[in-house]
Amino acid sequence: MLSFLYIYKLCRLIEVRRPRRRPARGTSNEGADARKGTRLSQIVTANRLADGVVVFQDAGGGWAEDFALAAVYADAAALEAALALGAEAVALSQVVDPYAVEVEWRNGHYAPKTLREAIRASGPTVRRDLGKQAQGQAPVFALHASVESPHVSL
Amino acid sequence: MYRYDEFDAAFVSARVDEFRDQVARRLAGELTEDQFRPHRLMNGLYLQLHSYMLRIAAPYGTLNSRQMRKLAEIARKYDRGYGHFTTRQNLQFNWPALKDVPDILAELASVDMHAIQTSGNCIRNVTADHYSGVSADEIADPRPYAEILRQWSSQHPEFSFLPRKFKIAVNGALHDRAVILAHDIGLQLVRDRNGELGFTVYVGGGLGRTPLLGHKVREFLPERDLLAYADAILRVYNLEGRRDNKYKARIKILLHEKGLEGLREAIEAEFRAHDRTGLALPAEEIARINAYFAPPPLEAKKPTSDRVERRRGKDAKFSKFFESNVTPHKTPGYAIVTISLKPIGGVPGDASADQIDAVADLAEDYSHDELRVSHEQNLILPHVALDDLTAVYDRLASVGLATPNAGLISDIIACPGLDYCALATARSIPIAQRLSERFGDGARARAIGPLKIKISGCINACGHHHVGHIGILGLERAGEETYQVTLGGSGDENATIGEIVGPGLSSETIVEAVETVVETYMAQRQGPDEDFLAAFRRLGMAPFKEALYERSAGADI
Repeated sequence: MLSFLYIYKLCRLIEVRRPRRRPARGTSNEGADARKGTRLSQIVTANRLADGVVVFQDAGGGWAEDFALAAVYADAAALEAALALGAEAVALSQVVDPYAVEVEWRNGHYAPKTLREAIRASGPTVRRDLGKQAQGQAPVFALHASVESPHVSL
Repeated sequence: MYRYDEFDAAFVSARVDEFRDQVARRLAGELTEDQFRPHRLMNGLYLQLHSYMLRIAAPYGTLNSRQMRKLAEIARKYDRGYGHFTTRQNLQFNWPALKDVPDILAELASVDMHAIQTSGNCIRNVTADHYSGVSADEIADPRPYAEILRQWSSQHPEFSFLPRKFKIAVNGALHDRAVILAHDIGLQLVRDRNGELGFTVYVGGGLGRTPLLGHKVREFLPERDLLAYADAILRVYNLEGRRDNKYKARIKILLHEKGLEGLREAIEAEFRAHDRTGLALPAEEIARINAYFAPPPLEAKKPTSDRVERRRGKDAKFSKFFESNVTPHKTPGYAIVTISLKPIGGVPGDASADQIDAVADLAEDYSHDELRVSHEQNLILPHVALDDLTAVYDRLASVGLATPNAGLISDIIACPGLDYCALATARSIPIAQRLSERFGDGARARAIGPLKIKISGCINACGHHHVGHIGILGLERAGEETYQVTLGGSGDENATIGEIVGPGLSSETIVEAVETVVETYMAQRQGPDEDFLAAFRRLGMAPFKEALYERSAGADI
């Protein structure tokens, strides 16, 4: 499973040594799916217009800086409704370019599936003092902390 | 260096006011993103992975201390305390808020700076040799011509909506340090048999997804015809360049489709077709602009410094710095100092606000208030007296800027890559960091000798990988970062596009792969005087390919 290796290795890069955090809020039964293994779902993300900060649509249709507050959609209809809300936020000049991102449920947490979105939701892998990872707002990629150098090979 | 006159100041100030109004209208919802995007891009403002990114022009890479201090101030006040110097001799801030950008531009305008035309389908910031005006092999200083082109092209009504971006580079020395053959127009200053100054004109160079070197369209263009001929090239491109496919919209594709003769004839016909006396450069205007770039009054001194030699005798680190980062100045008794922004394990091109301030102070104290940004993502102090080198070195060392690796294997160009860039397909900075840690700046790097590694995080090639002696291109394959290696590229007067060695390599194996390439070179070179590029040109690809893919078969490369 390339994607598993990817996320597992990424966790060693991005993992901020902090306690387990609550998972992003889902719209279905994460526990049962988690017991079965990986499950793909989607969230909606955008950049805030005024300052460009990466934001995630929350369960109330608002926009949160913290990845953990992202609402997770497991079916197409819910995602379509969320993207429609995103389009409204664009029209209201709140955010720019909302789009859906695949996330995976692993070890009790959701995390973006692709490296690009993992970095976007966390911050530069070469500057852990910057971005969401510096503010405790990044996704949790694994349960175990790492002591590797910040630019170790993936 | 050039100083804004009243017209320049009013022009830039008006642009700031205009953008302030556009930002206010965007934030108020009066402009959509589609309507606003062209305006922000024409002011150097991108939306990247984490935030907005503001690209600030350092025209032909020349800055003074006041401007550097302003950049440091902006980094602290509006950004995250650092800036990133780029392969376009510009500086990028990675975290500005849109609402603050008009204030940032106003601050820049107060020191004769702006971000105009650092993005968009227009004539971009004109680049030049970072040793302009100081190298011993120079025919003429290219910066006055770059400045003339800058003034002519700024908000040029006919050339503000070209098919695609358009880059011009000017080189004034025998050795090409401006990579002119990788630009849409490359201008090489030359003298004809009568000693008259002019340009050899190259057109159609560019890297990106279709790397092509420029072709000569004019052996000798008289100095006075610079703008008239550039105008003719741009008009042909503007009319005939493709607008149906942005990947085929650069002038290099037009050249490829029309053929060199076809494009040359079209340019020459356009050049002759109109009365261009209005664009002829008056000698007095050239002299006026030249005066801004008059060299500082340097009194020739003894070509060696006892102080430097004594220090070299007892300080190996200083001696290493002297060997790699100090270049002879055209005036005896002076030197050009390269400040490497490639600390071992660091981020290529990044400098903290404190470091930017420190370099500003050094330029003011020791380099006649002048410094340069090189396309190799380093800073240059162009006029340092030899006797001052020890003091300059000590102050650089105190702020972590004395890495003695200029021109060596760890002096790596790397684009921001997937750590910052919305277009990137893989990370480039971590690869540069691991390579620089592997090879360092010590005896091994010195034994390897001159070797340019250039890394891009996508096919747009901001890291100039095609012209790296060893080029590395980061791609994404099936969700994994993959790195394609090219060898034998060069960006100088013998420019060459590197050849792809073979299938892409994983992130885990790329450093070992470069090690294998270097070991192959070291084993097969004819001696320390045969540098990597010379050895590659003699040996060809075969031994490197064999070492990488055949001898290593099964070793996960």
